[in-house]
Amino acid sequence: MRFWPLLWGNFKRHKARTIFTLLSIVVAFVLFAYLAAVKVAFSAGVDVAGADRLFTTHKTSIIQPLPASYKDEIARVPGVVAVTHATWFGGIYQNANKGFQGVFQGPVEPEAYLTMYPEFKVPEDQRRAWKDDREGVLVGITTAKRYGWKIGDRVPIQGTFWRKKDGSNLWEFNIRGIYTGGKGVDTTQFLFHYDYFDEARQIGQGIVGWYIVRIADPAKVAEVCKRIDAAFENSPAETKTVTEKALAQGFADQIGDVGAIIQWILAAVFFTLLLVTGNTIAQSVRERTSELAVLKTVGFSNARTLSLVLAESSLLALLGGGIGLTLGAMAIAGGDPTGGFLPIFYFPTRDIVTGVIVVVLLGIVSGILPALQAMRLRIVDALRRV
Amino acid sequence: MSPMNWLAQVGAITATAIRTIPQRRGASLATIAGIAGVVAVLVAVLSIGEGFRKALTTAGSPQNALVLRSGSDSEMMSLMLGDSVEIVAQAPGVARGSIAKGEAPVPLSSAELFVVVDVPKRSTGTPANVPLRGVQPAAFAIRPELSITSGRTFEWGRNEILVGAGAMRQFRGLDVGSRLKWGQNEWTVVGTFSANGALWESEMWTDARVLQPAYRRGNSFQTVVARLESPEAFDRFKDALTRDPRLDVQVQRESEFFGNQGRTLHAIIRQLGFLLAVLMGIGAVFGALNTMYSAVAARTREVATLRALGFGPAAVVVSVMAESLMLAAAGGILGALGAWAFFDGYRTSTLNFDTFSQVTFSFDVTAALLIQGVVFAIVLGLAGGLFPAIRAARLPVTAALREA
Repeated sequence: MRFWPLLWGNFKRHKARTIFTLLSIVVAFVLFAYLAAVKVAFSAGVDVAGADRLFTTHKTSIIQPLPASYKDEIARVPGVVAVTHATWFGGIYQNANKGFQGVFQGPVEPEAYLTMYPEFKVPEDQRRAWKDDREGVLVGITTAKRYGWKIGDRVPIQGTFWRKKDGSNLWEFNIRGIYTGGKGVDTTQFLFHYDYFDEARQIGQGIVGWYIVRIADPAKVAEVCKRIDAAFENSPAETKTVTEKALAQGFADQIGDVGAIIQWILAAVFFTLLLVTGNTIAQSVRERTSELAVLKTVGFSNARTLSLVLAESSLLALLGGGIGLTLGAMAIAGGDPTGGFLPIFYFPTRDIVTGVIVVVLLGIVSGILPALQAMRLRIVDALRRV
Repeated sequence: MSPMNWLAQVGAITATAIRTIPQRRGASLATIAGIAGVVAVLVAVLSIGEGFRKALTTAGSPQNALVLRSGSDSEMMSLMLGDSVEIVAQAPGVARGSIAKGEAPVPLSSAELFVVVDVPKRSTGTPANVPLRGVQPAAFAIRPELSITSGRTFEWGRNEILVGAGAMRQFRGLDVGSRLKWGQNEWTVVGTFSANGALWESEMWTDARVLQPAYRRGNSFQTVVARLESPEAFDRFKDALTRDPRLDVQVQRESEFFGNQGRTLHAIIRQLGFLLAVLMGIGAVFGALNTMYSAVAARTREVATLRALGFGPAAVVVSVMAESLMLAAAGGILGALGAWAFFDGYRTSTLNFDTFSQVTFSFDVTAALLIQGVVFAIVLGLAGGLFPAIRAARLPVTAALREA
């Protein structure tokens, strides 16, 4: 780093320009991080879906219920190791605009559901407390934080569809557990006891929303799906069984090109920013052609001139890109920008790696052209230009 | 200095600045392109939100009233039993009319069922939640904007469906003559309809009485929509129903109800749009600042010469700002027009989170969005030009002349 003072001197010469270039690189990479997270959110976790989990829904639509009696029949299908169910609830907490509708809330079988989703981490005592309280709720950390709920709180939820036997639509639950999860785990869910719900609801006893099935061998997915659906063929409620991944992909496809277009746009913006900042860096080198000639006059070799220019552009890119990616990761860790409608929102490792590679490329590419020019410079020509 | 003289100075310097833009072609073009990109992106994203909202807000008339069970926030969540449907039809304020020529006038109210069925998307082949609406005979008199575009309307009491133009374009197997099997029942598509781009075009319509047994709904419906004698009759109608002890309902104007049914997705698009505008705006201002600083640097000798000749600092500031604004405005106009050319009218469909069903719509680059885009560009131009302008004005004349 013998030439550090020289580099530093160059940065300081146009302080404003250096800062602005740096900041626009920062912005570009914050955007890059967001793009990655939005892509994950719109694909609703296709990448993190369990390979050995299937979803059995009504054939016509997921909104059509299935009989609770299907559970035993599905359990008997060869290749199935576990089965449980969930039902859509759709309650409102406080008022509709608070975004609680974006949260999956539903009656489940506590023990079986947690066994099905081992990625939901619950402290053992809370797990037991939830199981033992019929009106108990297990809530994801994201939702608990958003509404400031603590263990022991009693929360009133207004049912939009489901009512109690007395005709009231006010359901009250006790927060008994708060679960956490790693990257890509939906920590917004609000889970309560199916038994309690089924007994208390006004209509619809004995029906469930959909089944979640674990299979022994992910390689035999297609066969098991077929066998499950065959078991209910020609019954009043035929089924459709797909993998968790296919279900997630299906929702991504339902959002459709609106999601895709937003991603293209983010990508276009990112590359435009790269282009503009790259151009600025290149320009700042071009303006110094005569100085580079002076350096060469005093004995700098071609290679050294090249590396000097490259070091300058790479340093800018690394600094700006590093800050940008870090800020982006921090913002993403703070939750999705819509306040709960995109429950799976994180910065995938794969994209972090891509980001770092792009940072390095930006430094090299924006520096290489002017650096090559500088290297090939004939001293006399360059000096004459002044 | 007289104002005229000052204006003449500004004019002269600005003219010089603009005449010399070609010498700084690269940087100037980069600024224009950068700002154009920002504006195009912003307008495009917001046009998704506008188009989506338009599909919902043009559905429903203020003269129609929608009755749902209280506590329900969407049609799918509502439940109306057969006897309450009759009470609604007889309520004060409901218009009467003949359903078909020569028939006796009846109350214009339609009890409806709203479900979704899986129909594959044309683009991906994967199933999407396409809405299926069961209606009663008055439905067409209540929504006069519906018009049959091909085939015919369904016959009452038969398993026939009429498909909205949007649904037909976006989903597979909904052409006239197609047969569809849902559960134990088979249905035939007999015609298509349009509705000025409103929400209905995303839907499939059939006879509610046929849908009831197919979905085991007995004699229950989900909503009742009624044509009122006039938009002003709404309060009378609403009061009568909400005070009726036999009912447990909420009453909304149809237009307001549907206008609200897309708030979640609309909010997401607005928020993403806002986030994009802020991030990209910052980027674009940096780009413009860089360009204008270079422009000022390149013109140092010229500016200094002018100052030496007696031109005031204010004139220099204005000229730099004018150049920045011109570049920004050019970029803004280019970007807004580009977004309009590429995105306006682009047809698509997406999942409306509030109704859990597909909405087909077209991106809508409205005049207001175009203006917003250009205004945004001008703001970027102002921000990008201010500091370089001040630097230009502060250049010490002698030093500047020597530097060059």
